[in-house]
Amino acid sequence: MPDQTALPAPATGSVPVAGAAAPVPPAPDVRDGGTAPRRRGGRRHRWPVVVPFFAFLAVCFGLPAGTMVYGAFTVLDPESGASRLSTENVSGSLSGAYATGLTGSVELSFVTALLATVIGTLIAQAVVTSPRPALRGIVVSASGVLANFSGAPLAFAFIATLGTTGTVTQLFHLDRTGFSLYSFTGLVLAYLYFMVPLMVVTVQPALDGLRSQWQEAAASCGATRGQYWRHVGIPVLTPSLLGGAVLMFGTAFASHATAAVMVGSSQPLITIQIANALNGNVLVGQENLALAMSLNMVVIALLVMAVQIPLQRRSARWLG
Amino acid sequence: MARMKFTSRAVVLPLAALYFLVPVGASIWFSVNEVEGISFDAYTQGLGTEGLTTSLMLSVRLGLATIVCGLLLMVPTLVAVALYLPGLRRTVEILCMMPLVVPPIALVAGVTTVLSWEQDLADTPFYMTFRMLRDESFPLVLVLVYTVMSLPFLYRSLDAGLRSVDLRTLVEAARSLGASRLQTLWQVIVPNLRTAVVGGAVLSLAMVLGEYTVASVLSYRPFSVWMVEIKDSEAQLSVAAAMLSLLITWGLLLLLTTLAGGRRRRTPRTPLDSGGEDGQDRESRDNRKKTVS
Repeated sequence: MPDQTALPAPATGSVPVAGAAAPVPPAPDVRDGGTAPRRRGGRRHRWPVVVPFFAFLAVCFGLPAGTMVYGAFTVLDPESGASRLSTENVSGSLSGAYATGLTGSVELSFVTALLATVIGTLIAQAVVTSPRPALRGIVVSASGVLANFSGAPLAFAFIATLGTTGTVTQLFHLDRTGFSLYSFTGLVLAYLYFMVPLMVVTVQPALDGLRSQWQEAAASCGATRGQYWRHVGIPVLTPSLLGGAVLMFGTAFASHATAAVMVGSSQPLITIQIANALNGNVLVGQENLALAMSLNMVVIALLVMAVQIPLQRRSARWLG
Repeated sequence: MARMKFTSRAVVLPLAALYFLVPVGASIWFSVNEVEGISFDAYTQGLGTEGLTTSLMLSVRLGLATIVCGLLLMVPTLVAVALYLPGLRRTVEILCMMPLVVPPIALVAGVTTVLSWEQDLADTPFYMTFRMLRDESFPLVLVLVYTVMSLPFLYRSLDAGLRSVDLRTLVEAARSLGASRLQTLWQVIVPNLRTAVVGGAVLSLAMVLGEYTVASVLSYRPFSVWMVEIKDSEAQLSVAAAMLSLLITWGLLLLLTTLAGGRRRRTPRTPLDSGGEDGQDRESRDNRKKTVS
């Protein structure tokens, strides 16, 4: 434990150290006499504080995740009941209908992430540059609420609005135009409802961090507004925007409830396929296939998240 | 150029307002619109039905248990890491962000497999643990999974809170005045982290109240699962319940901003304070900026 010994012990009984660091004058010697014998014991007892955390994660996260990886590469032989290692599940989860589901999910996430990033940034920029602080307050708090309004309730709101008997559908006779909520477009519309507010909340600090001095400096060097954005604004914002886009992708990729309630199995999405396989809706004994599909999801999410980490460091340099 | 900015704002914001308000308005209309005129039956009678109260109560109990569980795990750990174990900081951060990489549906796929070991463990003491975990009236397994899912919110919120207080000085002061470790944590650190604690707790609660995936795969029946179950038989009631859940989320977050704002108003005259623009996000970010630079 080298780093522990290097630090001044906060609960120390040694008067000079405590007196130097704390604004409070050192406690009377009586107190020191009370705490000093516990000091050495206290040092030894620092590790146990974090043990519950690691134990909890190991059992409640590590165990299911480990089981998922192990199960994805295991095939249960129906005759002997013995299990053996194999890549059958993984290859099965990457072919046929399941491959369509995976690409469908990636496609939907990509489109929604792109749209949410652009629209969210536009809204946030409109709010940040607004001269009225009240508008900003309203948009920020509304975004906070709407970003949390996803899942089943969101699906119902959209069914009630644009579904076959929905209010807007009937009002404008949208069914005659061939519009259907239970399609890719419908899903995009519904997903944007919680993703755009999330993007607004995410990107607004970065937009706030764009200092007006930079724009003034650019202007005094003779740059037009367009040039300012092209050479200063966008490059500085790029890491934050990409980071936001990655977050959007991850959110859309992981969401299941909205699509499950709205379109059921009519749209090929990997989350719905996993849920169906787990519930035994397709075939009995598909659990390991579900685990393999889950593993695919984790791998894609990891790849996408891996993009974000270096980006965050870069944006912290300018906007941190 | 200023004119262009003005027009783009004049286009973007009304369009956004339209997109975000129409579904809410249309849903409310849908839930009150009857053949013979407007009727609030879905709200007055439907919301009193037994299925709703039991499922909503289950969700609330699960949410509160998740908050308690998450805070009990996270507050001592993060405080200890910040004070004594800085080497673990990165590890803890990565571990807390892991649930973002493993989507709920993937996590629950693993959980179902683990729960399916129940038969194999029938003769061991673990069997009782499994029974307890799956108890219909209060499924502990959901609390555990939800706690895992709430770790990212809790971490972000508590981390920002811890960065904004001078933890070392607080602990030294408390300890030198004779407070025990537990007293220091409970009476000094936690009150100073109140905004962060409330923020993380509210976000976790909102997440649990709206959670559908895990509960439906494990076949329990909290609020959102109940809402989906009745959608074919009582469409209006399910839409009314959806609006109710929006209202609950709104109320919770309003509570959060009020609490965060209330704290700031009590210390208004520090020159470093950048002035009250908005809620907690801005505040914690400012604090972080101060510590970074």
